[in-house]
Amino acid sequence: MGEGTTASRAADAVAAVAEVWDWTAANLDDPIGPKLLEHAQLSFTSVLLGLLIALPLGLAGARWRPLYPPMLTGVNVLYAVPSLALFFLLLPYTGFSPWTAIIPLALYTLAILVPNVVDGLNQVPDHVRQAAAAMGFGPLRRLLQVELPIALPVIVAGLRVASVATISMVSVASLVGLGGLGQLILTHGFKRNFPAPVIVGIILSVALAFLADAVLVALQRWLTPWARGRESGATTTRNRHIARAAVARSRKATT
Amino acid sequence: MNIVTGVVDWFAQPEQWAGPSGIPARFAEHVHYSVLALLIAGAIAVPIGLVTGHTGRGGFLAITLANIARALPTIGVLTLVVLGMGLGLAPVLAALVALAVPPILVNTYEGVRGTDPQLKDAAQGMGMRGGDVLFRLELPIALPLILLGLRTAAIQVVSTATIAAYVGIGGLGRFIVDGQSRRTIEMIVGGALLVVLLALAVTALFALLRHMVVARGLRRRPAPAT
Repeated sequence: MGEGTTASRAADAVAAVAEVWDWTAANLDDPIGPKLLEHAQLSFTSVLLGLLIALPLGLAGARWRPLYPPMLTGVNVLYAVPSLALFFLLLPYTGFSPWTAIIPLALYTLAILVPNVVDGLNQVPDHVRQAAAAMGFGPLRRLLQVELPIALPVIVAGLRVASVATISMVSVASLVGLGGLGQLILTHGFKRNFPAPVIVGIILSVALAFLADAVLVALQRWLTPWARGRESGATTTRNRHIARAAVARSRKATT
Repeated sequence: MNIVTGVVDWFAQPEQWAGPSGIPARFAEHVHYSVLALLIAGAIAVPIGLVTGHTGRGGFLAITLANIARALPTIGVLTLVVLGMGLGLAPVLAALVALAVPPILVNTYEGVRGTDPQLKDAAQGMGMRGGDVLFRLELPIALPLILLGLRTAAIQVVSTATIAAYVGIGGLGRFIVDGQSRRTIEMIVGGALLVVLLALAVTALFALLRHMVVARGLRRRPAPAT
């Protein structure tokens, strides 16, 4: 009996995979391709807009310390507002334009990005700042050429979490008629009681998140050439521990 | 201004405060689903994080799986379970647990993993065996980070539990969904405010919990993160 159910379960699984495959092959050009592209565009624009807001906020929070705690409370409260409510509230103003999805998603990234920008800038060692000042760097040049590059790994760590979170959250916007792959899941899967589009939507969404993550890792390696050989330099247990603690510190606020 | 008075009026209506579709009942439903999801996620993620962090084995796999779970679209998980098991509590719990496991797992793992090796040497020198080291040294040291992971998960769960309204089991999302279909912005704002209030209560609860369970010596150190 056990063998029989195993065999029939295996047959079910094969049939399900075949169904997903057939549906994918038949719908690749429409709607899968355009929805995937829309999903990527919505997430990319949201994270970019979030970064553009988070950078000046983070700079202000790192420079004027008393500003930071209320700022942090603000972005955390924003983070707790259900995305569904924000989408609905924007609908009367922005209609079915992409901004209805982008604005809330960008606001959510702030809770992840702002603390990372501030932490990244705060961990620039004082002697490095002083050396830059002694070499005649003005405040702006020091920021752009010394402080931001040193803060970059921590900022990118935040961007990685933010991009994965955003890509997974875009789908919720399908409840207001936007949302890229979410629409595959909702209109093609849920409303027709058909699991294949749901599975395709989930797999593509996860794949997109991993692709974005890989691109950000590559970007960081390219932008911080001085850090490439460093990991192999941490040979003693103690050094490895310190290195790991530094990475964990940069990660924990966001994970 | 108009919206503010509208929302205040909405909260002031006596019918909001009674019956199965009143604020207290919806609030209780919302808390019920959130607590249940958080308990299940904690029961899955904390032991796995403790064991992988302590032994160092399977850590990479656990973190990779957590990152995949983080990338899962909530709507997709919800829909898939609805198609398989029908409307009800199961799809909501599946979606919320998938959301809550990654932050708890990653923080527990990092917390245990990050214990100073010198402290572990000292513990072993004092005659502690593997289990002792885990429960009497690594767990207390990792506790602030574990609580942080639980708090992050709890806030995400509370905010996302609004989707329960879409599968017909109520919760505070009901106000948001009904407000949208009746075109009453006050109701959407009211529902969202209640969710934010709940999230703030969660934050306060975890601050209290941290004060109660984290060892005094660890508390005096700067807070690990906020």
